[in-house]
Amino acid sequence: MTALAQQIVSGLAAGGIYASLALALVLIYSAMGLVNFAQGEFAMFSTFIAWALIVALHLPYALAFVGAVLFGFGAGIVLERAVVRPFEKSSPLILVIVTLALFSIANGLAGAIWGYVPKPFPSPFPVTPISLGGVLVSLQDMAVIGITLVVLGLISLFLTRTRLGLALRAAALYPESASLMGVRVGWMLALGWGLASAVGAVSGILVAPIIFLEPNMMQGTIIYAFAAAVLGGIDSPLGAVVGGLSLGVALNLIGAYIPQLADVRLGVALLLLVLVLVLRPAGLLGRPEVSRV
Amino acid sequence: MARTGPGLRIAIGVLVAVVAVGLPFQASGFQSLELAYALTFAIAILGLNLLIGYSGQISLGHGAFLAVGGYVTAIGQQRYGLNYLVTIPLAGIISGLIGFLVGLPALRLHGIYLALATFALAVAAPSVMKKPADLTGGVKGIILPPYTSLVPGLSDDQYFYFLCLLITVILFLVSYNILRKRPGRAFKAVRDGELAAAAFGINVSTYKTLAFAISAIYGGVAGSLYATATGFVSPDSYPFQLSILLLVGAVLGGIATIEGAIFGGLFTEFLPIFSQQALTPISRQLANAAPAVTQGIVLLIVMFVARQGIAGLLRQGYAALRGRLRTDAQTLKPAGESPPTGIR
Repeated sequence: MTALAQQIVSGLAAGGIYASLALALVLIYSAMGLVNFAQGEFAMFSTFIAWALIVALHLPYALAFVGAVLFGFGAGIVLERAVVRPFEKSSPLILVIVTLALFSIANGLAGAIWGYVPKPFPSPFPVTPISLGGVLVSLQDMAVIGITLVVLGLISLFLTRTRLGLALRAAALYPESASLMGVRVGWMLALGWGLASAVGAVSGILVAPIIFLEPNMMQGTIIYAFAAAVLGGIDSPLGAVVGGLSLGVALNLIGAYIPQLADVRLGVALLLLVLVLVLRPAGLLGRPEVSRV
Repeated sequence: MARTGPGLRIAIGVLVAVVAVGLPFQASGFQSLELAYALTFAIAILGLNLLIGYSGQISLGHGAFLAVGGYVTAIGQQRYGLNYLVTIPLAGIISGLIGFLVGLPALRLHGIYLALATFALAVAAPSVMKKPADLTGGVKGIILPPYTSLVPGLSDDQYFYFLCLLITVILFLVSYNILRKRPGRAFKAVRDGELAAAAFGINVSTYKTLAFAISAIYGGVAGSLYATATGFVSPDSYPFQLSILLLVGAVLGGIATIEGAIFGGLFTEFLPIFSQQALTPISRQLANAAPAVTQGIVLLIVMFVARQGIAGLLRQGYAALRGRLRTDAQTLKPAGESPPTGIR
C-alpha cells in the first residue's frame, strides 16, 4: 500500500510539470483555437533567461524566477503582435507552420547563445525526501505540485474574477461582439500569448533541475503536455491540470507495475492522445465542439 | 493555341533534363550522393504535398512512413536476402498499407487535431521501431549492404543518383496523372468543401484514406532509398524533426504544386549544409544552431511574402515571360498558366 502511495506521489510530481505546460497550451488554444507547437521551446528559452540571471548576474533564485516569467510574458506578447498577428484568421495549416517556424528559431537561438551542453539548474528546494506516513516525498516534488496548483488558481481567478479576464474570454468566444463592446480583441490575443508563455516559463524552471538545461530539454515534456491537454479537454484550464496529474500518475504506475511497457511510456502517452482525439475529442472536461454546416 | 507556349515549355523541359542528367558527371561522388538525397526528399515531399496540398489533411508525421520504408528495406535485405531493387517497391507497398490504416482514424480528425495526432505518430515511431529488437536490431539498428553500380562506366554514387532520378521521374509522372484525372479533382473538391464534395457524389472517406495511402507509398519508397543511401537504419535515423523537415520542404517548394517538391527536396538537403558551412568559420556553436534558425526564418519569410513557395514564384515568372513572348508574337488571348492554389 505504501509502495502504491509512493508511486502515486512521484507520479503527481511528474504530472505537475506536464500540467503546467499543458495549461500554457490550453491558454493559447482557448484564445485563438491554435495549438502552439513552440510552447515548449518558449519555456526552454525563458528557463535559459532564469539561468543567465542566476549564474551571470548572481541574482537570487526568486528574483530570477520572476524575471524569467516576466520575460516569457513580454516575449509572448511581442511574438503574437509581430509574427502571429497577420495569420490570426488563417487556416490551421498556416498557423501550425508559423508555430513550427518559431519552434526552430527559438531552439536554434538558444543553441547559438548558450550551446548544446546540458547545464545543471539550481533549485532552492532540497531533494532529500521527508517521510509522510511512510511515503517519501521530496520538498522538490511538493514544490512542483504546489506551484502548479497556485498557477492554476491564479489563472482561474484572473479569468473569472477580473474585468480583464472577462474581456479575454469574451474576445476568444465572440470576437465580433466583444469588439463592439469595446474590447480590443487583438490585444486580448496577445495577452493570451503572454500569459501562456509566462506559465510555460514556470514549467521550464520547475523541470530544469530534474532533466538539466539544454535547448532540446522541453521536447519530451511538450509531448506529454499535448497528451495531458487533450486528455483533460484542450479548452479547459482545470482539465489541463487534471489531465497532467492523472497522466503523470498513470505513466508512473505503468512504469512500476507493467515492466514490459516501462520503456515505451512515451508510446503509451501518444496512444492515449490519439484514442482521446478519435473517441472523445472534448476530453474529460472540455466543451464538445459544435459547428454549423 | 499559342505558338510560343509549347516551344517555351519544351525548352524548359530540355534544360531541366540536361541539368539533371549532366550534374553527376560534373559533381564529385559525394555531391552525387547529396543530390540523390535531395531527390529522395523530393519524393517524400511530393507524397506529403499530395496529402496536405491536394486532399487538405495535415500530416506532421511523415517521417514515420520513411521509417517504415527504411526498415522494410533493411529487414528484407538482411533477413530474407532480397535485392534492394525488390525492396524499393516492397517498401512502398507496405508503407502504403500502413498509410491506409492510419488514414482510417484520421477521417475523424480535422485541422489542428489531425496535426497533433500525426505528430504523435512521428514521435512514437522511433520507440516503436526499437521494441521488436530481434527483428529491427533494437537501438543498434541494421547495417545495409552497400549498393554497387550495375551500369559499366558509372561510379557507384553516379549509378545510385540515376536510380533515384529514374524513380523520381516515374513517381512524378504518376502523381501528375493522378492529379489531372478523377482522383485529383476529387481530392481538391474534398479539400475545398467536404459537404459539397459529398453532395456531388464523391465518396469523401474513400478519397481521404486513398490520399493517405498514396502519400505513404511515396514516403515508403523515399524511406527505402534513404536507407540504401545511408547504408544504415536505426531509430535515431527517423527523429520527429525529419517529419518537420519534410513539411518545411513542402511549404518552401510550394504547397499544392508538383514541381515544388523538387525545390523542396533541394532545400531540405542543402539549406542545413550551406547554412552550417557559412557559419563554421565564425563559431562552431553558431554553426550548429544555424540550420534550425535559417529553416525557421525562411519558413516565416515564405509565409509572409510568398505563400505559394518557390514554385508559385516561378509560375508567376513563367506566366510573365510567356505573356511577353506572346505579345511579341501577336497571338490570340493568353490562356495563362493556372495560378497555384496554394494554401489559404
